[in-house]
Amino acid sequence: MSSVATSHDREGQRGSLPGLSRHRISNQAGSKPAKSRSQGSRDNINGWAFAAPFLAFFLVFLVWPLLYGLYMSLTGKSLTGANDSLIGFANYAEALADSDMWRSLGNTLYFTVISTVPLVVVALVMAALVNVGLPAQWLWRLSYFAPYLLASTVVSLFFTWMYNPQLGLINNALVSVGLPKVAWLNDPGVAMWAIVIATLWWTVGFNFLLYLAAMQNIPAQHYEAASLDGAGAWRQFFSITLPQLAPTTVMIVLLQILASLKIFDQVYQMTAGGPGGATRPVVQYIFETGFTGYRLGYSAAISYIFFGLIVAVSVIQFFITRRRSA
Amino acid sequence: MATEILTRPATSTARPSASRRTGSRMTPGRAAVLAVAALLAVLWLVPFAWATVTAFKSETDAAAPKISWIPPSGFTADAFVKVFQDGNIPLWTWNSLYTSAAITAITLVISALVAYALSRIDFRGKKVLMVVIIASIIIPPPVLIIPLFYQMVALHMIDTSWAIILPQVIHPAMVFVLKKFFDQIPRELEEAAVMDGASRMRIFLQVVLPLSRPILAAVAIFVFIGAWNNFLWPFIATNDGSILTLPVGLQTIKSAYGIQYAQNMASALLAALPLILVFLFFQRQIIKGVATTGLAGT
Repeated sequence: MSSVATSHDREGQRGSLPGLSRHRISNQAGSKPAKSRSQGSRDNINGWAFAAPFLAFFLVFLVWPLLYGLYMSLTGKSLTGANDSLIGFANYAEALADSDMWRSLGNTLYFTVISTVPLVVVALVMAALVNVGLPAQWLWRLSYFAPYLLASTVVSLFFTWMYNPQLGLINNALVSVGLPKVAWLNDPGVAMWAIVIATLWWTVGFNFLLYLAAMQNIPAQHYEAASLDGAGAWRQFFSITLPQLAPTTVMIVLLQILASLKIFDQVYQMTAGGPGGATRPVVQYIFETGFTGYRLGYSAAISYIFFGLIVAVSVIQFFITRRRSA
Repeated sequence: MATEILTRPATSTARPSASRRTGSRMTPGRAAVLAVAALLAVLWLVPFAWATVTAFKSETDAAAPKISWIPPSGFTADAFVKVFQDGNIPLWTWNSLYTSAAITAITLVISALVAYALSRIDFRGKKVLMVVIIASIIIPPPVLIIPLFYQMVALHMIDTSWAIILPQVIHPAMVFVLKKFFDQIPRELEEAAVMDGASRMRIFLQVVLPLSRPILAAVAIFVFIGAWNNFLWPFIATNDGSILTLPVGLQTIKSAYGIQYAQNMASALLAALPLILVFLFFQRQIIKGVATTGLAGT
C-alpha cells in the first residue's frame, strides 16, 4: 500500500504497522458510546490543556496582530504618533488610487508569472535526470539543493558580485564569447529577469527534492508493463511519469505561486526595488510606506489588499485541489 | 541525447536502492544524461566557486578588470582575517544559532502538544479549533509586520531577541504534519498505558513521542532552516548591532564594505558555512525532512 501513496503519505506511515489505520477507526467507533461523563469532561480539560501553549502564542502573535492590523488600516496612525483616530476606508480609497501601489503589485505579479515556470520545469528536469540512477547520488542532490540552505543575503551578495557590470563573472563570460555586456541590475528591462535567475538558483532545489521524492514513489510495475509493450524511454516519461506526477505538480505550482507572491528579500538586497521602481514588489512598498514613510495606517491598508490577493489565490488553489481529489 | 533521458525507468525508479543496482553499464544514453546533469551541477556550483576564489584573493586582484580564477599575486586569507577582526560575524552566528534553536524548540513543544490533542483527545470545540488552525495557514507573514512591529514596541520587546523568537514559533502547517503522523500510531500501544492509569501527559511523553522521532526531526529541520535564514522580520524587529542575526547583519556590512569584494565574499561564505556543514553531515535526514514537510505549505 505504501508504494502507491504519495511521498507525503509514505513518510507519514513510517514506524507504523500494515493495516493499522483500519484498526484504529474501528477501535475509535467502538469506544465512543461507552465513554462516561467524567471521562468526557476530563477529555475537555485535557484537550484544551494540550492546546493551550500553542493557542497562547497563536492568539498573541498571530490573531491579535491580524485584527489589530485591520484596525490600524482604518486609522491615520503613523510612527510619529499623530492622528490615531478612525478615518474609515480612506486609506483603502487612497491605496486603490495610488499608482505606486499598483505598480508594485504589478511587479510582484510579473515576478510570480515569470519565475514559477522555470522554478517548476527546471526542478522537474533535475529530478528526472537524477532519478535515472546516476552514480554518486549525493553529489547531485548536494549541488542542486545546497543553495536552498543559504540566507537571502548570501544569495544576493553572490549574485550582485556575479552581475557586476565591469568585474562580474557573467559579463566577462559574455564578452569572451563575443556577446555584448548586459547591465543586469541597472537596466529596467532586465533587472527582474536577473532577480528571477538568482531566485531560480536559490530555491529550485526545494522543488527538485519534492519531485524526486514523488518520482521514487511511482510503482515499478507501471514501467515494467510499458516496457513489455515496447514503449521507449521518452514515451514512458510522457505516458507514465508525467501523469503520475500530476498531483505533485499541481501542489508544487500552487505552493510556488504563493511563495513567489511574497517576494521581497532578494529584490530589496540586490536592487532596492530599482532601477526607478522597476523591480519594487508590493511587500517592499508595504515596508517603505510603514517604516520609511511612517504611515502605519496606510501601510496596513496595503497589507490587507495584498492579503486579499493571497486569499483569492488560496481559494482558487483550494477548489482546484478539491476537484482533483474528488 | 534527450531521447535517452529516462533510459532505465523500468528498473531504477521504484526504490532508491534500485538505482544503485543498475548504475554500472554506460550506454550512450546514460552518458548523455550524465553530461546534462553534470552541466547543471557545474552551473549550480559556479556561484559558490567564484565567491570562494574571490574571497581568497587580495582586494586588488578581486577588483582587477581582467578576471582570473587564479589570482596573479596568489591566494591569501587576508579577507577572512579582516572580516574576523572588524566584523561581528562570530557574534551574529551565535545570535542566529540560539534564536533559531529557541524557535525550533518552542515550535516543536507547542505544536506536538496541540497536534496530540487534535489527534487523540475528544474535546468540545475541537473541530472549530482545527478549522481555525487550518485557515491560518494562508496568512502571509508580510501582512503582519506592521501591526507586529507596533505590538513589539508596546511590549518593549523591540530590539531584543524575544522580538525575533516569539512571532516565529507559530507553524500551523507543521501542526498538521505532526497530527497526521500521530494519527498513524496504533492506539493499542496507548491502551496498555491507560489500563495502568497513566495520565495523558505520561502517555504522550513515554509512548507517543518516542515513536515520533522521525517526524519530529523532519519538522525541526524545516523550522530551523526557515528561522536561520529568515530576513524580513528580524530585519524590522532589530537594529542594535549586538543582537542581529547573520542574514540581517550581513545586510548591514554589505554597504560598509562597499567595493571590497574579497571581504564581501568572505563574509558571505562564513555566513553560508554553518548550514552547509550541517547539511554535509546530515544530508539524508535533511533531504527526507524537507521532502516530508515540504508539501504541507507555509
